[in-house]
Amino acid sequence: MAHAIETRGLTRRFGMLTAVDSVDLSVPEKCVYGFLGPNGCGKSTTIRMLCGLLRPSAGSATVLGVDSVEQAETLKQKIGYMTQRFSLYEDLTVVENLRFMTEIYQLPRRQRGLVVSRQLERFQLAGRERQLAGTLSGGQRQRLALASVTMHDPELLFLDEPTSAVDPESRREFWDIIFELVDQGATVLVTTHFMDEAERCHHLAILDEGRLVAEGTPSQLRDSIPATVVELETTRSRKVREALASLPAVLDVAQLGSRLHALVNPDVDAPVQYLERALNEVSLPAECRLVMPNLEDVFVMATRSEAR
Amino acid sequence: MFSLSRMAAIARKEFYHLRRDRLTGGMIAGIPIVMTLLFGYAINNDVRNLNAAVVDEANTSGSRMLVSDIGATQVVRFVRHASSVQELERLIAAAKISVGIYIPPDFEQRRVQGRPPFVQVLVDDSDPTVLGAVRGLRNMPVGHANGGVDAIALRPLFNPERRSAVFIVPGLCGVILTLTMVLFTAIAIVRERERGNLELLITTPISGLELMVGKILPYVVIGYIQISLILALGVGLFDVPVRGALTDFYLGAGVFVTSTLTLGLLISTAAKTQFQAFQMTFMSFLPQLLLSGFMFPFEGMPRAAQLLAELFPLTHFLRIVRGIVLRDADLFVMRDDLWPLAVFFVVVMALATLRFRKRLD
Repeated sequence: MAHAIETRGLTRRFGMLTAVDSVDLSVPEKCVYGFLGPNGCGKSTTIRMLCGLLRPSAGSATVLGVDSVEQAETLKQKIGYMTQRFSLYEDLTVVENLRFMTEIYQLPRRQRGLVVSRQLERFQLAGRERQLAGTLSGGQRQRLALASVTMHDPELLFLDEPTSAVDPESRREFWDIIFELVDQGATVLVTTHFMDEAERCHHLAILDEGRLVAEGTPSQLRDSIPATVVELETTRSRKVREALASLPAVLDVAQLGSRLHALVNPDVDAPVQYLERALNEVSLPAECRLVMPNLEDVFVMATRSEAR
Repeated sequence: MFSLSRMAAIARKEFYHLRRDRLTGGMIAGIPIVMTLLFGYAINNDVRNLNAAVVDEANTSGSRMLVSDIGATQVVRFVRHASSVQELERLIAAAKISVGIYIPPDFEQRRVQGRPPFVQVLVDDSDPTVLGAVRGLRNMPVGHANGGVDAIALRPLFNPERRSAVFIVPGLCGVILTLTMVLFTAIAIVRERERGNLELLITTPISGLELMVGKILPYVVIGYIQISLILALGVGLFDVPVRGALTDFYLGAGVFVTSTLTLGLLISTAAKTQFQAFQMTFMSFLPQLLLSGFMFPFEGMPRAAQLLAELFPLTHFLRIVRGIVLRDADLFVMRDDLWPLAVFFVVVMALATLRFRKRLD
């Protein structure tokens, strides 16, 4: 399979801090590649290096077949980067912003009007042409931002937390657009905090403290989780959680509403009985059953502090 | 309830900001130091050693004695010879000299007969301080004059009524342009950085130079609007005579605006916030205002301050604009003040473009 991005030992240091620590990535072409990780784990820094905005302190990145540092300028014609912060001009209207970007990307003069109306249509901004970008809602702003970085039909798109300030309805619409772009041949690298969004990605990479701690398709990641997942139903979730955390075989506990997910060391033979026995001893009975791990469990396992 | 500790927390936090913001911290000490040095050393209203030339058509021992006496006052310094009054006038228009001394062929007869004036002094009064300084020369002992007429006649060439607007308005064009051009450009770019627009722009194929020049151009237009306004007001309200050609005025202003804008660009590559950009603009503006010859006489400054002032675009533009507007000079005559502007543009533009990297690190 051809790769849109390949990095070897990609590292970036800021003074004493190592923001990205020898990351080896292979992002296949024409897919949605998700970057998952806690805040400050190096997602944005990695993206900035891949875009040629930051020089790696060590290692290298090959993006669309060329070196991201040496050929940064040729690369800029083929990529689109939607920054975490809204970076269009809030005091310009929707159309003025789009028009400006067609000029910056040097689209042929005759096509500019067409492309702008195509993007307005495609990103559901028709009717808002004369509205100032600063007065758009969160979802509209993100659609405008995506519209403006896709007008030159980039082969590779970087979306840095595109939906973090967006309501669920708009998020769904936004993801429909992402899949449409991939259908048309683009590769999309997207960072997110939302597990439902991670579930939609073709491939995932989990970053923690600058290191790549897990990589694969969502189902690969679920299958290869180094823990057995036991779901517990209880009314006294806080107490139960404390009791579980003190058990040596319990690696971590995640709470999902009234249910708890205990990540148990896979070496434990009968994890359900093990937990029931332990909880009975402290008179905290709970209903336990074995469940399939979900991505949240994968994420908790990969980023838990004991793993390091 | 007003809480002292809350207030103290805010004050402490403000000091943290200042400590992290090295530039602002530096300005706190830098501005008073620089200003005191400038005011203390560089600014001197006591004008001496004005450049002068003499036409001595009498060429007697008496006239040579007079010329050497005038030189001994140190008010003027003879830098070249001239052969006619017309040449003196040309030299003054081109700002080669500020004072021209003409001794007529019948100098000795006039003196003997007590028929003043014995000597005529041509003064470049497009700089008002020059006229003030030269006035002292009238008291030179040249002989007794009858009828209460000065033995030495001063001839102010450009503003005999000594109306201050005539001196100030052309210079004001330069001063206002210096402030607004530098500030507008610096703020305009820093704002893009502060609001996050720059991160988007640098991922696009736009080049640093395209961005810089694109940012400059609108402000050149604004600069032209401003000087046109100033000049129109000067002519309309204060009767400022525009003696030179308007095309020369606008061409010279164009060169000045482009060169002074680059300073704004350079500031924008160093400043991280609009506040810093504003401070740096202020820091670059005050020395120009004080040393350029707008507020205080250039001739009165020590050599070191003069050399420093020669680096500023405003110094040269003031000479150009006073020359064109008041002395009917043309750009060719003022070329010695044009090329420093061009050099300034090239050097500072190169620095700014080098400093503006299309990267975040």
